[in-house]
Amino acid sequence: MGPFPLTRLLDKSAIVFLVLLAVFAFAIPTLNLLVPAGSSLHVSTYLVALFGKYICYAMLALSIDLIWGYAGILSLGHGAFFALGGYAMGMYLMRQIGTRGVYANPILPDFMVFLNWQELPFYWHGFNHFAYAALMILLVPGLLAFVFGWFAFRSRVTGVYLSIITQAMTYALMLGFFRNNFGFGGNNGLTDFKDILGFNVQAEGTRNGLLVISCIALALSFLMCRAIVTSKFGKVLIAIRDAEARTRFLGYRVEAYKLFVFTLSACMAGVAGALYVPQVGIINPSEFAPGNSIEAVIWVAVGGRGTLTGAVLGAFVVNYAKTFFTTGWLAPYWLFVLGGLFIAVTLLLPRGIIGTLQHWHERHIEKKIMAVPVSAPTAAE
Amino acid sequence: MELKTTSALLYLDGITVSFDGFKALDELSFVIEPREMRAIIGPNGAGKTTMMDVITGKTRPDSGDVFFEQGSYDLSKLDETEIAELGIGRKFQKPTVFDIHSVEDNLMLALKNDRGVRSTLMWKNSPAQQNRIDDILDAIRLKNVRSRVAGSLSHGQKQWLEIGMLLAQEPKLLLVDEPVAGMTDSETLQTAELLKEINRDKTVIVVEHDMAFVRELGVKVTCLHEGSVLAEGSIDQVSTNDRVVEVYLGR
Repeated sequence: MGPFPLTRLLDKSAIVFLVLLAVFAFAIPTLNLLVPAGSSLHVSTYLVALFGKYICYAMLALSIDLIWGYAGILSLGHGAFFALGGYAMGMYLMRQIGTRGVYANPILPDFMVFLNWQELPFYWHGFNHFAYAALMILLVPGLLAFVFGWFAFRSRVTGVYLSIITQAMTYALMLGFFRNNFGFGGNNGLTDFKDILGFNVQAEGTRNGLLVISCIALALSFLMCRAIVTSKFGKVLIAIRDAEARTRFLGYRVEAYKLFVFTLSACMAGVAGALYVPQVGIINPSEFAPGNSIEAVIWVAVGGRGTLTGAVLGAFVVNYAKTFFTTGWLAPYWLFVLGGLFIAVTLLLPRGIIGTLQHWHERHIEKKIMAVPVSAPTAAE
Repeated sequence: MELKTTSALLYLDGITVSFDGFKALDELSFVIEPREMRAIIGPNGAGKTTMMDVITGKTRPDSGDVFFEQGSYDLSKLDETEIAELGIGRKFQKPTVFDIHSVEDNLMLALKNDRGVRSTLMWKNSPAQQNRIDDILDAIRLKNVRSRVAGSLSHGQKQWLEIGMLLAQEPKLLLVDEPVAGMTDSETLQTAELLKEINRDKTVIVVEHDMAFVRELGVKVTCLHEGSVLAEGSIDQVSTNDRVVEVYLGR
């Protein structure tokens, strides 16, 4: 047995989740590519891209659940890390356009030519290499989270105060990225992507490929989160969430624990953002909008915080509802629905969907344990 | 300040602590020998909690000496974490266990181990650690509820679990604040037994109001009053002392 025994990693709900995800990752491309367009089973390419987007949202939700559900850190600015990862990917995609842009400049992206820039800013260097961009996708959100967390957690900023400064962080970034002289395309952002690693981003094959890769990334993130929350480290996180002072008194350096998990979560959000951008074809400063981050927290609340699978489910349910409500005559009512959903979940289902199911299950097991006669030995873990 | 040579595990000399002119401790002095168990009694406001705060580094004394381990450490110069690492463990009045974790996990978190991020990420339960947890579970009489979540325990059981978490940290000196508050009579007796067992290889200071419990412990008693020692001796000696009777009954 290694340090991460599989039995610990894969409980029943984790297996169900991974199987469903695998079926999903297999079925959608099959129904899109192999089933003829006329058939009722055919999944349109529009839906493939939409589902790909949902998967990326699910990954963002997972990263929020890791810190909020297990360490009690309510970040209302996680959209910022998502967007930063997205921009890093966007910069790579921009550099891939080359002479196919409107101004056909082999080095400068169109918006720079439009602004009369003569050369590429230093921070755009290297983004023509995918490996470098991939590194930045992890590094930029991770570094920002590390520096931010370093100051916040060391000064013992917690609760609502931390939430507020995370909102301020994403808002400040949004204002910055809106500026043309920032060098990220201002309010238009980065778009008009042509290809990724040599594959046309618009092609059906690429879209299906990206969906499958997103599913794999989600599965790996999920397994990593499971490994963390089922370890002793995860138990310390829960202890911090429920009784921070007591944990400190036991001799744990609470700020080191928070900093580690916050940074890791930001990297995960960055990867989600990076996978999101080629599938939606654009990244612009509105991704930094504070409302986006709050919406992502609502996904987790709806699915059930501190459950991991709930975060994924919540992201799917709420975004499906959003897609449903924002198309057609219901469009004007979406924000009311979202607000109503949040109030309903807070009042009626405070544990979220998965959380409530787990609670029933645990109560059932607890009853069984209580029923065991006192002398009977209880199985050790 | 020079360190003293003394045989005592804990050495308090002339400790004074005042809050806004009110002297919570007034020239308090006493020594605790290794392997001793001492009961500290005294009416409300006698300075019992402040004394604990001084020993654990929560409060700095205005004057006086606090030495630990035969005078090798000056506790008035160390902070809470450093003192905890030296091996002084404290159980607060109100039990604070991690409600959502199992009894066993509560102990596992308290076990004396590297507290760093990397070591908890890679942590694996070893037979030695499991034995240690089993021993503690035996001692605190919670073996049959080991997989239950701590939140579902009775008040008395939570107190025991908290004592167990203290033991898991392998302290040299245990400070136990009102361990039997809110316990039933039989739980009180069992707690006295538990503390006596712990005392076989550890030094214990118990602060308690419950006289029957103190009598059950059968150890040397120090009675505090207005921040200094009023009487010291066996429970019979102390409880028949006229001054003690006076402050307790307010005559």
